[in-house]
Amino acid sequence: MVSSDFIWKLLDEVPDPEIPVLSVVDLGIVRSVNVIDEKNIAVVVTPTYSGCPAVKAIENSIREKLIESGFEPSITTSLSPAWNTDWITERGRERLKAYGIAPPVDEVDKNVLFADAPVVPCPRCNSSNTRMISQFGSTACKAHYQCNECLEPFDYFKCLK
Amino acid sequence: MSALNTYILRIADDSLILGQRLSELCGHGPAIEEDIALTNVALDLIGQATSLYEYAAEIQNGGKTSDDLAFLRLEHQYLNTLLVEQPNGDFGMTIVRQWLFDTFRLPFYEALQQSKDAQIAGIAEKALKETRYHWRHSSEWVIRLGDGTEESHYRVQEALNFLYKYVDELFYMDDIDKEMIEKGIGVDLESLRPAFNERLKHVLEASTLSMPAYEWKLKGGRVGRHTEHLGHILTELQYMQRAYPNLQW
Ligand SMILES: [Zn+2]
Repeated sequence: MVSSDFIWKLLDEVPDPEIPVLSVVDLGIVRSVNVIDEKNIAVVVTPTYSGCPAVKAIENSIREKLIESGFEPSITTSLSPAWNTDWITERGRERLKAYGIAPPVDEVDKNVLFADAPVVPCPRCNSSNTRMISQFGSTACKAHYQCNECLEPFDYFKCLK
Repeated sequence: MSALNTYILRIADDSLILGQRLSELCGHGPAIEEDIALTNVALDLIGQATSLYEYAAEIQNGGKTSDDLAFLRLEHQYLNTLLVEQPNGDFGMTIVRQWLFDTFRLPFYEALQQSKDAQIAGIAEKALKETRYHWRHSSEWVIRLGDGTEESHYRVQEALNFLYKYVDELFYMDDIDKEMIEKGIGVDLESLRPAFNERLKHVLEASTLSMPAYEWKLKGGRVGRHTEHLGHILTELQYMQRAYPNLQW
């Protein structure tokens, strides 16, 4: 029988539709893989944000990948425990940075108003002299930053815990 | 319709209708960053509504889908509070409406996470993380505008004066809630008032705004009696499904 490791490796070839340098495994949204028999594979995924429009696309990509490899997948969505940015793999963080998106850093208490924005190093020049433009960005998971040194505007994959 | 079903729809409809209201601002925000912020909040809210409608459709078990619930009910079948259906008005009105709602939703989701219904608890746990961002965003704007210029202060105070009559309905409870509380599924909204009032007071003080002096309260949304605005929202929200029945993405 096929090993679950083999399935994990297959899923690691499925890119996130919005950040294609990340696999769905890097992103931490594949929660479990269960090899039921030679054909049937059960996969549990969890969305990053409730309204993330990529969720359906991700499910479809996972399904297609497994079908083209000769399996019959069943994919279920689980909401709890809720996805958080700690589940992004170390390799995922490196890939994000290389792609120009600053990976999540630990943030201050969200119950504090006007708290200092987290210090996010610029993914281009590594300077920590950056500023937050908006805590909302191009997708639900990102905030908008700019580097004060090299002036590059960049996306920050914001910390969700 | 079971109490659980009604209970879920009330939460879902608040999210959907406010999400729809904020979506109207897509491309019309006062600045590009705000346009993006408000539509991100809309997306989170509509996402939360989707999870809840999917669950409601599942327990109704009558062949209805989440889309049927979102798009094919009549006006009096929507159970959202009157607050969320109020028009966007100026940016001050949009932000004050959001702030009042977020200030309620934070302690609500915190408590709902403990629901004995695992599905509801899971949705609440996820939504709470998103709501923290929303609350910070709307609260900081209320402070900036309230403690801003004479004009911005005037406008957010006017917005608060207008919307305050709808706040009490956020805490509306009836037999549905009683049954849900007894079963350990729902939240005793009365118990959230201290946390709500404290958060409200904190931001009011920082923003130099004052609590409206009137006692007048309006309600009805939770049992399907709405202001004149909801029908207009639905004509836009439901247009595609009404014009092209069973349309799929
Ligand atoms: Zn830089």
